[in-house]
Amino acid sequence: CRCRALLSRPAGALRARRGLAAGPEMHFGFQTVTEEERREKIYQVFENVAKKYDVMNDSMTLGIHRVWKDILVHKMNPCPGTLLLDVAGGTGDIAFRFINYVRSVRKRQLQRKLKHHQNLSWQEIFESYQKDEFNSLGDSQVVVCDINREMLKVGKEKAQHLGYSEGLSWVLGNAEELPFDDDKFDVYTIAFGIRNVTRIDLALQEAYRVLKPGGRFLCLEFSHVSNPLLSRLYDLYSFQVIPVLGEVIAGDWRSYQYLVESIRQFPPQEELKAMIEDAGFFKVDYENLNFGIVAIHSGFKL
Amino acid sequence: EEEEEMEVEMEGWHQLYPGHIPTSPLQKALLAAGSAVMALYDPYRHDMVAVLGETTGCLALPNLRDKMKNHPEGYRILRERPRICLSTLDMTRLQGLPDGSLGREYVRFLEDNKVSPDTRMPPKFVDDEELAYVIQRYREVHDLMHTLLGMPTNMLGEVVVKWFEAIQTGLPMCVLGAAFGPVRLSTRKLQVLATELVPWAIRSGLNASCVLNVYYEQRWEQSVESLREELGIFPPP
Repeated sequence: CRCRALLSRPAGALRARRGLAAGPEMHFGFQTVTEEERREKIYQVFENVAKKYDVMNDSMTLGIHRVWKDILVHKMNPCPGTLLLDVAGGTGDIAFRFINYVRSVRKRQLQRKLKHHQNLSWQEIFESYQKDEFNSLGDSQVVVCDINREMLKVGKEKAQHLGYSEGLSWVLGNAEELPFDDDKFDVYTIAFGIRNVTRIDLALQEAYRVLKPGGRFLCLEFSHVSNPLLSRLYDLYSFQVIPVLGEVIAGDWRSYQYLVESIRQFPPQEELKAMIEDAGFFKVDYENLNFGIVAIHSGFKL
Repeated sequence: EEEEEMEVEMEGWHQLYPGHIPTSPLQKALLAAGSAVMALYDPYRHDMVAVLGETTGCLALPNLRDKMKNHPEGYRILRERPRICLSTLDMTRLQGLPDGSLGREYVRFLEDNKVSPDTRMPPKFVDDEELAYVIQRYREVHDLMHTLLGMPTNMLGEVVVKWFEAIQTGLPMCVLGAAFGPVRLSTRKLQVLATELVPWAIRSGLNASCVLNVYYEQRWEQSVESLREELGIFPPP
């Protein structure tokens, strides 16, 4: 049966699984390639899928990816004034959620402030309201950083279309070598991006570097399902349905074949936790969503 | 002389020809259903029509291949594997041929309808290298079908050609295209289709010998009329 061949993992690729510089050979899905080839191929994958990225996410996960991203931002629980760096943020999903969250927190803050100022005159209340209205984000900012120009382009267009303008910056950059100074950000997020980084250890080190002391690292990524029955159903769905969806919706089978293979190649929860600890983070923890299909890893720079 | 099988093993994949994507039966079924829906939903997705043809052609393609094998000209085509694309066609020479010749009329058709022979999708999901060539040949010969039948590339013309091809090849994709294509036509066109064009296409399709058994590249000078007579295609209404 051909699908057996598609599901089995060749021995050579296991060696390069950790994403460390294990010699010049690395994995690209189930293929073995050099580091440079891998970066090239991944760049091309996202260049091809950029326009259909959001549609495909909705189709493949039946819209559930939106819930996962909501949970990530809720877990972050940012207060106004937070400076967020969203790496591999491409089409802006986390950035927009962050802005929405901070806006609603800010609104409640302002409402509470007004309630406490019962003895002010109407004129004074009106003036303070006007002043704060111009600061609906409370000085919060999010920098969206992505290595792929096409993804950033789609993200910027989306922002314009949805009406997001203030507090948002778009930067072209590599997670393994961020174009930012040390100790700059309050929170660092990477949602469904770290899997595509060629040297995960470098990306984690960079995350540590650019975070302020007290800053938080949050990673949302596909992970491993330990339940055997669920794992088989998940594999079946991943390998049989997802590439078909890729071909029918985006006209691109191979990119989505790469996607499901790269998920299998990515380190499981405990291994990723160890790698995050290696980079210097403390209180590293993870939370499984949907039985481990997705996991949120969190760590602090102290 | 046996064909050398190009087996490129990509980590458990069994690629039979460049561009080949091996698929399980379940994947083929899902692809067939998905591409059918997408092709109807978005008629500009020509790649979906191609995928539908490949995933549903498992019975018709071997049939077609055997018809070719059992015919001297078809057999030569299978062996020599000619391709109709801009790099293999001598456009200037074809344009210089007299009016009414296959070559001249074919080029005229390409110019009038602003199409190019290079826009045909290479096969991906056919799990046999020879059958992949057969479907590729069918796609490349499609424009010649338009020329022989005298049909333009608008919706009406395409439907008529699909009816003809459905009878000739038995490919489920042609049958579906012939059946569902008219859905998007106006009533006036539907009338013309039903009363004149489709009956003619069916009669010609049944009467004509297999159109894939014609080595078109060696017949550019032949007049369209004489080729029609030779094949058994009735003059268009």
